[in-house]
Amino acid sequence: MRVSLFITCYNDTLFPETGKAVVRVLERLGHTVEFPAGQTCCGQMHWNTGYQAEALPLLSRFVAQFKGAEVVVVPSSSCVAMMRDHYPKMAEQLNDAALKREVEELLPKVFEFSEFLTKRLGLEDVGAYYPHRVTYHASCHGLRNLGLGDGPLRLLRAVRGIDLVELQGVEQCCGFGGTFAVKNAEVSSAMLAEKTTAILNTRAEACTACDNSCLMHLQGALHRQRTGVETVHLAEILASDDGTR
Amino acid sequence: MSGTALDPRTAPVFPMAARSAMGDTQLRKNVRHATDVIQGKRARVVGEMPDWQELREAGKRIRQHTMAHLDVYLEEFERNCTKAGGVVHWARDAAEARRIIVDLVKATGSDEVIKIKSMTTEEIQLNPALEAAGIHPFETDLAELIIQLGEDQPSHIVVPALHKNRQQIREIFRTKMNLPELGERPQDLADAARMFLREKFLRVKTGVSGANFLIAETGGVCVVESEGNGRMCLTLPETLITVAGIDKVVPRFQDLEVLLQVLPRSATGERMNPYNSIWTGVDAADGPKAFHIVLMDNARTEILADAEGRQTLNCIRCGACQNACPVYRQTGGHAYGSVYAGPIGAILTPQLMEMEHAQSLPYASSLCGACYEVCPVKINIPEVLIHLRNKVVEQNGMRNVEALAMRAMGMIFQSERRFRAAQRMGRIAESPLVRKDGQGQGWIGWLPGLLGGWTQVRDLQSMPKETFRDWWEKRGTDGK
Repeated sequence: MRVSLFITCYNDTLFPETGKAVVRVLERLGHTVEFPAGQTCCGQMHWNTGYQAEALPLLSRFVAQFKGAEVVVVPSSSCVAMMRDHYPKMAEQLNDAALKREVEELLPKVFEFSEFLTKRLGLEDVGAYYPHRVTYHASCHGLRNLGLGDGPLRLLRAVRGIDLVELQGVEQCCGFGGTFAVKNAEVSSAMLAEKTTAILNTRAEACTACDNSCLMHLQGALHRQRTGVETVHLAEILASDDGTR
Repeated sequence: MSGTALDPRTAPVFPMAARSAMGDTQLRKNVRHATDVIQGKRARVVGEMPDWQELREAGKRIRQHTMAHLDVYLEEFERNCTKAGGVVHWARDAAEARRIIVDLVKATGSDEVIKIKSMTTEEIQLNPALEAAGIHPFETDLAELIIQLGEDQPSHIVVPALHKNRQQIREIFRTKMNLPELGERPQDLADAARMFLREKFLRVKTGVSGANFLIAETGGVCVVESEGNGRMCLTLPETLITVAGIDKVVPRFQDLEVLLQVLPRSATGERMNPYNSIWTGVDAADGPKAFHIVLMDNARTEILADAEGRQTLNCIRCGACQNACPVYRQTGGHAYGSVYAGPIGAILTPQLMEMEHAQSLPYASSLCGACYEVCPVKINIPEVLIHLRNKVVEQNGMRNVEALAMRAMGMIFQSERRFRAAQRMGRIAESPLVRKDGQGQGWIGWLPGLLGGWTQVRDLQSMPKETFRDWWEKRGTDGK
């Protein structure tokens, strides 16, 4: 399959290893990967903070970049949620019938990375090997907006060597929430503290998720507290192997 | 009598109020415990319903349909209520509602009223208005009694005193009811309240209530409750005065079939409320001899006119969103500076009041969506929060640091060239702040200005040397 990647602005800038891991998994599975160079940002930060006028042009930009794609894979549940939940309404707001039609055509082809593997390809075992104790945080957007369900967990369970431990209060928000983490820093920190306590209680070496924004937030606290616990995007676990395949 | 009223016009902004609430470790413990217990009960009784999602959808449809024809159903309610001997009053806003109620109480010649728990009377700050007119209101709902005696304010729509634990309640009763020997078993506290209230029920001749639903088809008013205090207020007084927002109407009696399934399950985790009362006008043989109902707008028609905010009016005040909200769980209700706290308060209050008084509330959410997930009538609260955030941004214009930064970022994202330049600039700009840790990784432990909120409790990993797109380009299109 010809897979177009939307890597997202913060993965591109801050977490390039995630994008590389996505490429590695998809190519290992025999797909052709392409990266439209003009892509930037889905507009989530602007839209969710109330800056609609700034977010709207980013919709047209996204559509122009990915028009004609066979599938679009995105390693970020919150960015996919942004598109599914808000792009149709944004196109309506721009009052552009052609754009609206293009959005309607494009959206069913857009998948969050784990969703692409489990729902579109029907896979669980992607040939990964990761001999570590790992716990999984279900990002709110993945859990509620995308309805990923246990898809990511099924992928993780199929990883050889992994010791997967359940996280208490898995459906509870980690407290990131984009600009919320800065605008309501104290409340965000209190939510974060509950989540990091739950992570430490699992005695996992790493916490994984389908969204680097949650992980960046968790990682920041886990590092500050010198816990030694790492955060790692699901794609990076799935890309790991022992070199025998 | 009552403590400082929760009024968005005078309340501190949410982050400030949240900070002081979060400093109260007892309050946080109480709120967490209470919300955990209610959430657990709710999950159990919702789990036993095979058609829960269909019920939610039906609830949403009933509410949407009602809002689309609100004028028709309100007139139908007025006709049928009048026919049954009730007197319907219309109030444009809180001040008019207060005036009507105070005048009605005065006309009875009574200087006391017994009250059923009602968030609408909290919304319009009825108690201070009654007291100013020399009328003493007695709250009869156990939680509202605790709030009133403790000179406190409600912290939750359904469980107003959920921020108080048993020892704190015992202390309030001991001092205010003059019971130095009062024990601390739930039974002791309930007995004390029962004795205290019984005398009021038997003496006071005027009752004031809110309403859960108004039934257009019959002109009836429905109140659901757990303790029976409400039923006492509905049956014993000679005069009953009910105040309700115009959004409380439902078209048919049969609609209660859906709403009385989803409301108690969502609110308190009960299959059914212990007391479900419906009264229609007056009856010579039984109950109050005079019945007045004040139908209050108080900004509801403005909310109705806003296509995106409209769904807020579908709310049936179950409070499930509060229990599910991770932000409310940390702060309790008072931080919202409004009688409507939690996610529903964050969208309702800015629309009920002038928005400039409640600009921080639409941001009091991480948009995690737990509120939408539990809402029994499927109000998409995150969607309305975002809509209101846009209104805040438009109100404030571009003359502030955040808006300028957001505009600059917007410009950057509109061009690949500018985006790449910004990525390079970012690496240069952050370099004086980056420190290497034991593993040789670069981390930022302090950020200036607005971003300082991040580094209070979190580090930030420094930007990697190479972006994904740089790597992709270097790799070449041949795939190696």
